[in-house]
Amino acid sequence: MPVLNPRALNPRAPNPRALNADTRHTVTITLNGRPRSGQAHPRLLLSDFLRHELGAHGTRVGCEHGVCGACTVRLDGIAVRACLTLAVQADGRRVDTVEGLAEANQGRMTALQEAFRRHHALQCGFCTAGILMSLSDWLERTPNPTDEELRDMLSGHLCRCTGYAGIVRAVMDVTGQAIPSGESAHV
Amino acid sequence: MTATQTVERTAEKPRTGEPFVGRAMPRVEDAALLTGVARYADDLPVKPGTLHAAVLRSPHAHAELLGLDTAAALAMPGVAAVVTGEDAKRYASAFLVGVRAPMEHWCLAVDRVRYVGEPVAVVLADDRYRAEDALDHIQARYRPLPPVTSIAQALSPDSEPLHPAVGSNIVNSRPFLYGDPDAAFAAAARVVTVEVEYPRNSCTPMECFVVLADYDAAEDSYEVLSNFSGPFAVHPVMARALNVPGSRLRLRTPPHSGGSFGNKQAVFPYVVLMGVCARAAGRPVKWVEDRLEHLMAATSATARRLRIEAAVEGDGHVLALRMEQTEDCGAYLRAPEPASLYRNHGNLTGAYDIPHLALTNRIVVTNKTPTGLNRGFGGGQLYYGLERLMNRVAVELGLDPLDVIRRNLVAAESMPHRTASGGLLDSGDYRATLEEAVRDGALDALKARRDALRAEGRLYGIGYAAVVEPSISNMGYITTVLTAEERRKAGPKNGAQATASVAVDPTGGVSVSVASAPQGQGHRTVLAQVVADVFGLRFEDIRVNTDLDTGKDAWSIASGNYSSRFAGAVAGAAQIAATRLRDRLAALAAAPLNTTPDEVRFAGGKVFASGNPDNALSFSRVAAAGHWAPGTLPDGQEAALRETAFWTPEPLKAPTEADSINSSACYGFIFDFCGVEIDRTTGALRIDRYVTMHDAGRLLNPLLVEGQILGGFAHAVGTALYEEYAYGDDGRFLSGTFADYLVPTAREVPVPVILHRETPSPFTPLGAKGVGEGNCMSTPVCLANAAADALGGAVPSLPLTPARLAALIHPADEPPRPAGSTRSPPARQPAKPGGRGLTGEGSREVPATPEQVWAILLDPKELAALLPGCEALELAGPNAYRAEVVVGIGPVRGRYTAEVALSDLDPPNALTLTGSGASALGTGRGTGHVTLERTDGGTRVTYRYSAEVGGKVAAVGGRMLDSASRLLIGQFFEKLVARAGGGSIAAEPPSLLARLLRLLGIRR
Amino acid sequence: MKPAPFDYLRPATVADALAALAAGGDDARVIAGGQSLMPMLNMRLVQPRLLIDLGGLSELGTLRAEDGWLTVGAAVTQAQALARPGLTDEVPLLAAALPWVGHVQTRNRGTLCGSVAHADPSAEVPLCLVATGGEVVLRNAGRRRTVAAADFFLGPLTTARAADEIVESLRFPLAAPGSGHAFREMSMRHGDFAIVACAATATAERIGLAVGGVADRPTARSWPLAPGGALPPDLDAHLNAFAWELGGDDDQHASARYRRELVRRIGRTVLEEALSCRS
Repeated sequence: MPVLNPRALNPRAPNPRALNADTRHTVTITLNGRPRSGQAHPRLLLSDFLRHELGAHGTRVGCEHGVCGACTVRLDGIAVRACLTLAVQADGRRVDTVEGLAEANQGRMTALQEAFRRHHALQCGFCTAGILMSLSDWLERTPNPTDEELRDMLSGHLCRCTGYAGIVRAVMDVTGQAIPSGESAHV
Repeated sequence: MTATQTVERTAEKPRTGEPFVGRAMPRVEDAALLTGVARYADDLPVKPGTLHAAVLRSPHAHAELLGLDTAAALAMPGVAAVVTGEDAKRYASAFLVGVRAPMEHWCLAVDRVRYVGEPVAVVLADDRYRAEDALDHIQARYRPLPPVTSIAQALSPDSEPLHPAVGSNIVNSRPFLYGDPDAAFAAAARVVTVEVEYPRNSCTPMECFVVLADYDAAEDSYEVLSNFSGPFAVHPVMARALNVPGSRLRLRTPPHSGGSFGNKQAVFPYVVLMGVCARAAGRPVKWVEDRLEHLMAATSATARRLRIEAAVEGDGHVLALRMEQTEDCGAYLRAPEPASLYRNHGNLTGAYDIPHLALTNRIVVTNKTPTGLNRGFGGGQLYYGLERLMNRVAVELGLDPLDVIRRNLVAAESMPHRTASGGLLDSGDYRATLEEAVRDGALDALKARRDALRAEGRLYGIGYAAVVEPSISNMGYITTVLTAEERRKAGPKNGAQATASVAVDPTGGVSVSVASAPQGQGHRTVLAQVVADVFGLRFEDIRVNTDLDTGKDAWSIASGNYSSRFAGAVAGAAQIAATRLRDRLAALAAAPLNTTPDEVRFAGGKVFASGNPDNALSFSRVAAAGHWAPGTLPDGQEAALRETAFWTPEPLKAPTEADSINSSACYGFIFDFCGVEIDRTTGALRIDRYVTMHDAGRLLNPLLVEGQILGGFAHAVGTALYEEYAYGDDGRFLSGTFADYLVPTAREVPVPVILHRETPSPFTPLGAKGVGEGNCMSTPVCLANAAADALGGAVPSLPLTPARLAALIHPADEPPRPAGSTRSPPARQPAKPGGRGLTGEGSREVPATPEQVWAILLDPKELAALLPGCEALELAGPNAYRAEVVVGIGPVRGRYTAEVALSDLDPPNALTLTGSGASALGTGRGTGHVTLERTDGGTRVTYRYSAEVGGKVAAVGGRMLDSASRLLIGQFFEKLVARAGGGSIAAEPPSLLARLLRLLGIRR
Repeated sequence: MKPAPFDYLRPATVADALAALAAGGDDARVIAGGQSLMPMLNMRLVQPRLLIDLGGLSELGTLRAEDGWLTVGAAVTQAQALARPGLTDEVPLLAAALPWVGHVQTRNRGTLCGSVAHADPSAEVPLCLVATGGEVVLRNAGRRRTVAAADFFLGPLTTARAADEIVESLRFPLAAPGSGHAFREMSMRHGDFAIVACAATATAERIGLAVGGVADRPTARSWPLAPGGALPPDLDAHLNAFAWELGGDDDQHASARYRRELVRRIGRTVLEEALSCRS
C-alpha cells in the first residue's frame, strides 16, 4: 500500500483569464512595418513564430538559451533575444528583423550591410542577422563607439568564422571612424 | 606593443582586364546572407505530413539498456511513432568501423549506452514541441556500469571494457619504425622528453545539424537533405548502414550552411537514424539538433596523450624522435576515425628534417562522445607535443628556442622533401620565411618589450611555433592503421579525386557546379574568379552552384569540405573543366574565325583569333551554337555544352609495405610568435601581440585567405584558453550550454598580425595550398610556449585557464583554515576512476535515544516524510522501497522514480541508506552512512554521504550542482534531526531549514 | 529544446497578478524580463503550469530615489537602471557592477528584481544588494513585507520568497556622503557568471566586503577600521577566515582553492580601492 502525500492529489484549477496552454492564439505583430498575424500556443518562442509561422526565416536560431545572439531581433526598437521571448509576449508590438533592413532602405542594402560585405565581416552568415539587428539598435544610441565599447557590445554574439576582426572594421568604417590598426584588443 | 600591423584587407573595387584570381573580390555569397534571404537547411520547405523528431538520450556514461517503455509517450497528443533500437535492428545495420575490432555502433543504442547523450529512442510528432513533451514520458531502464573517463583509465587492463567482444579498451595499437632511431639515440648527446595531454574540444558551428529524410518503399530508396559536409567517403558508410546501395541513398545538401569546421561530418549517424525513422513511421521526418544536443553528443576533437623523446646534439640539432600517441576516440570509432590520429602521419616530424622516427599509435575508447573532424584535426594534438618538445630542447640545453627551430627546419634545397614517415613536403623556403617573419613581425621590439615588462616584475613570455599545414588528404592515409597484410587484402586506397562541372547555356551563361559542400568559406566566389579568367568573362557572368545531389551530380568519396582541399583541389578541378570546355569551344570557333583552335583567344566576352581581336564573335554566340545548331558542328565533334573534370593529386600513393605514406598533397608552412602577459593575481592570460606568417602557396583571393586565418586563429584562442568538453570522474558531462562551453567573444579574440609569402605548390593546378586550418595547429602551442616562458618553464594542460595558470603562480602553501572556522569546506575525494561526485559529512546531536532515531529511519511513513519531495513510497522488498519524489532546487524540479534501500543494518548503531533515481532532468545516486552514538543529551547522529548527479541537469547546471546537492542532502538530515526532536542542541550554526522556517514565521 | 506547455497570463494590474499567483501556487511562475527564467523553460528545467507576465505592468516600473533609498521596481530593466544618469552617485556599487551583468542584449530585457528572485550565487545584482545592506520588498495578495538582503538569499536558486509572493521592488540604500565603493570580478569571459566577484564598501568607521561566486549565496562581512581610518592591521587574517568560511566548490572552470585565493587577493584590492575613493 503506497504511502501517499496529499499534495500530489491536489491539481489546481486553471486561471480562466489566462491563455490556455493547449490552444493556439492569434498573435499580431508589426513585422518590419507591416502587420502580420499568426497562431501560437503560449509556449511558442518568438524565434519559432517568426521562422515557422510567419516564414520570416532571416532570424537564425543558434542556442535557444540566450547566449549566442543569432536570434537577436528588435522588439519595439530594442535588441532582444527572440529565443528568450514568447510569441504571445510580442503580441501587439513591433518586431524588426534582418529582412527589414534593406526594405526600409528602398530595397538596397544599408551602409552597415555594405560595410560587412566590404570588410568580409561574415563567412557562413549564420550569426550575421543577429549582429546586424543588435548594431542597428545600438548604433542609434552609440553612434561613435570606441573599439572597446564595440567589442563589449559584440560580446553578446558568438561568431565562429570571422574572429570578429572584419565585424569591428566594418562598424568602425561605417561610423566614419579610423579603422583600428590591428592592435590587439587586449592592449 | 601598442603599434602593430596587419593586413587590412577590404574587398576590391571593380577593375577590368586583369585576371580575377589573386584579387580580393567581394563575395557573391554575401548579399543573400546579409539580407536574410539565404536558405539554410532549416529554412527549406518540407513535404506535407512531415513529422518532427526529438531524440531521447542516455543520461548515463556507461550502462546496460534493460528496456524501454514507450506506451505513455505513444499515447501523447500529436505523437505518431516512437522509434527504438529494435527498429534500428530491423531496418539498418551497424556502422562500418575503420579498424579490425569487433565493435558495433548502431544509430540507436541497442543493448548498452556508452556516453552521455547517446541516442536511445526517437519520438516523431506533429511538431518539435510535442515531440519533446513525449520524450519526458518514455521510461528507460538502465543498469549502470563503471565508466571509463580518461586515457589513463582506458589503458588500464582493469577498466570495464566498453565493447566486451574486444576485451580491452585499447582497440588498436600499431608500432612504426622509420630509419634507425636506436642508433641516433645511442649517438645523441642528450635525450629530451615531453609528455602532454590534449583536451577534448570542438569548433561548434553556429548552425546545428539538420536532417530531412524520406523513404520510398516502392523503390526501397532513401532521400535525405542534410547539412552534411563530407567527406563523401562516409556516404557508402551511410548506405551500408541503411542496407541499400549508394544509388538508393540520395543525399542533397542545402544552398547555405551555418559553418562546419569539420563538425558536420558527424551528422551522418543521424542521416541513418532519420532514414530509419522515416521508414518506421512511413512519413517524412525532420530533425533539427538543438544546442544542448550538439554540445553533449554531436562530436569532439580527439583527446590525445603524447610522449615524445628527442635524441639531440649539444647545439639543439634533433637526430631522432620516439613518439607514443594515445588517441581517445570516445565511445565508438566512428567514420572517418582514426582520421585524426593518422591525418598527419606523413608530417609527424613537422617542419623539421628529422630522419629517424620510432612511433607507437594507440587508439582507446572511453565513455565520452565519439570524436571526428574538427578544424586542424590531429594537427593541434600533434604539434602541441612536437613544439612543446622543441621548446624544451632549447630550455634544457640553454639555447634560444628560435635557434633550435632554425637549426632543424627543412632546407629549401631539399624541396620537395621526403619526410621520415613518407610525407612529401612540396615547396617552400622555411628558413627564409621564418627570417622574414622575425623581421616584418618586429620580434626584436617584442623582446625589448618583454625585458622592460619583466623589469617591472610582470609575468611576460614569448612563444614560437613552426608547423607544416597539410592539405588535401590522401584517401589512403587512414589505411596506415592497418598492417601491410591487411591492406593487401582490402585493396589499395590512395588519391583525392576532386570534381567540377562547367556548362554553358544557350544565352552564353556559364554555370559551375562542384562537390565541395562549402560551409561559409566563399567557394562560389573563388570558383567564379577561376572560371571567369578561363573564359575571359566578367566575374558576375559565372554562376556557381554548390548544392550537392549525390543522385545527379559528379562526386567521389573524396568530395566534401575537409582537410583544406578546396583551393588546391576543387578550384583546380574547376579550372581544368573550364579549360577543357574552352578548348572545345575554341575548336568550334576556329573555322568561322579562319584560324586554328590553338590560336583562338577568349577575352572581354569575345572569342577571336590571336592577333586579330577585331574579327570577334561574342562568347554567347559561340556558346549558343552547341545548343541551337548541333547539325552544323564539324564532323566528329560533340557540342561543347558541359565538361566534368576529375582531378587527383599525382603524389598521393597508397601506403607502402614499409608504412611510408604521403598523407597530404600539399604542406603549407606557418611560423608564429607571440607575446603574452599573465596576471599575477588572477592568472588570466592576455595575448599582447600575435604574429602569424603563412606560406600557403598561391593566394586565390587574399580577402578570403585573411578571413580563414582570422577564423582559425579565433578557434585556436578558444582551444588554448577557454574551451573544453569537461566530464566528471563519474562520466557526467559538464559543458552542456554556451555558458559552460566557453566560446571566445569579440572581447577575447585579438587581431593577429598576418604575414604572407607565396611559394606555389608544384602539385596543384593553381599552385594553391590549404590555409584555413593552420592556426588551429600552430597557435595553441605557440601560446603555451609563451606561457611557459612567462612562468619559467612549466605550463598546465590546455585550456590555459586562469585557475590553472594561477596554480603555478600562487604560493604552494595556502594560508591555513583558521581554527574554529564555522563552516567546513566540502570534502572532495581525489579524482579516481568511476569515482563519486560530491562527498560530505555532518554531525548533529538530537534529544532522543538511538532507538528512537533508529525507529524513525526504519518506519516507511517516517522515511517518506524525510525524503525531499516524496509523494509516494511503496515497499519493494526487505528494507527496499520504490518512491515517487519531486526533487529540485528553487524552481528547478524533476519527478524521480527512486529506488531507496537500507542496508548494513546494525540496530541501533549504524546503517547505510542508498538511493538512486532518474527523471527527464537526469539521474541521481547517493549513499549515506549514518551512525548513531548515545550521548548524555540523547544521540549524536553522524552522516557521511556521497552523491552523483548526471544527465541534463549536470550538463547545464554544473556550476551549482555541488551546492544544490549539498542543500538537498542537508534537507534530509535536517528533517531527520527535526523529527527526532533536535534543533536545540545544534552543534552548527542555525540550519538552513531553521532559518527558512523562522523567516516564514513558522517557527522561532 | 522547447518549453513544456503552460498557460500564460498577462495581468492588467499587480493585484490581478498576485491573485493569479495565489491561486496558482507552486505551479505558477512570474516572468518579467525572462533572461534567467526563459533559458530554464527552454531546457525544461522549470515546468510551470501558469506563467504570469509582469513585464507590461507600469505599476512596477518604479525607479526612484527618495528617503535615502533607491527603489527599483520589478519591471525595471538592467539597461534602464544603467542608463539612469544619477546612478553613479546614488548607488555607485550598482553602477559599477551592472555592466558585468550579461550583455547589452540581455540587459535590455533582464530586470534587477528578476536577477534577485533567481538567486544565482554568482550574480552581480544580488551581490550588490547584499553588499549595500539593501532590502527586498515582497508582496502577496494580502500584504507586503521587507526582507533584508542578507536574509533573503538562502542557497542556489533558493530564497525567502514564498510561492505566493513576487519580488515587487528592491531597495538600495543611497550612498552616504563620505562612503567609498569598489567592485571587481573575475570571470572566464566578460559577461560570464563570476568565478569570484567582490564588492566593497567603506564608511568612516567600517569596511565591508561581499563576495559572490564562492559560497552558495552572496555573503558579506564587515570590519571596523583601525584608528585613523586605516585598514584593520589583521585584514589578511580576516580575509583568510572569510575565504575559508565561504567554502566554495571545484567546478570545471576553477578550483575552490583558486576561489579562496581570489577572495584574499581581490578582496584586499577592492577594500583598498573603496577606502581610498571615499568622497
